[in-house]
Amino acid sequence: MSFETITAFLAMGGYATYVFASYGLTALTLGGLLLAESRRHRAWLQRQGSRRRSEEA
Amino acid sequence: MWRWFHQWGSPKFFYHRSGVLIPVLALASGLILGAGVFWGLLIAPADYQQGESVRIMYVHVPAAILAQSSYAMMAVMALISLIWRLKIADAAVQTVAPIGACITLLALATGSLWGKPMWGTYWVWDARLTSTLILFFLFAGVLALRNAAGQSQTAGRAASVLAVIGLLNLPIIKYSVDWWFTLHQPASFTLTDRPAMPFSMWGPLLMMVVGFYAWFFLAWLIRLRHELVKRERRSDWVQQMMKQ
Repeated sequence: MSFETITAFLAMGGYATYVFASYGLTALTLGGLLLAESRRHRAWLQRQGSRRRSEEA
Repeated sequence: MWRWFHQWGSPKFFYHRSGVLIPVLALASGLILGAGVFWGLLIAPADYQQGESVRIMYVHVPAAILAQSSYAMMAVMALISLIWRLKIADAAVQTVAPIGACITLLALATGSLWGKPMWGTYWVWDARLTSTLILFFLFAGVLALRNAAGQSQTAGRAASVLAVIGLLNLPIIKYSVDWWFTLHQPASFTLTDRPAMPFSMWGPLLMMVVGFYAWFFLAWLIRLRHELVKRERRSDWVQQMMKQ
């Protein structure tokens, strides 16, 4: 471990705002895009399925 | 070779075969990125000049590498789409563009967050930063053109032409730090030379690069498969799939 205490880790040598903002932004971008893509695909499949069912009924 | 090329060029074949890769890529990207973040954020040493702010490089560098290679991939797909008129290549161009644009923005944003404490400013009109901003506009331009005129073939061709022309920007990004006097430092991580930094620093960087690639192919596959079923919704194989 590069840090001896949690406080030292959280302080990031005075660069905490920049370091954690970078990682947060990365997690938000990578996670957000994946989530949005999967939801979009699932929603489209559901819409098509219900349209199909209503056409058959 | 040509048989393989045409097999994978078929939307039906591609959709069914690529489905197997999604859980593999999801697991790989989750594990590799998780381990990379742990290594980069907690175990890797601080830089003797940059201090702890060097940890931003473990997300900034992979994002920048991925932004450029996803553009190269989009341009190759655009060329294939222009020459062979493969439907899947056109769909690939359309689906890489938004992901590439987001990753380019991420590279610019994390670069700015590193630039503020190191250079004293979030942004400078430096050759590397400006050419990367142009890369974002190229992705946005391809996306705008592809979605223009109701997804017509003309819009697809125009987007592909722009994607291929924009390829000229990649060597400019790469060599901007050598051709012009820039604030941005030259590459310290290349494919041919030994890294100038110790393993404890390039190890997590390499891991994050691999993780970013695994994530990219996962996000792209999900988007491409969605685009393919949308385009082929009237075909028998999609109708059959909907019934199941």
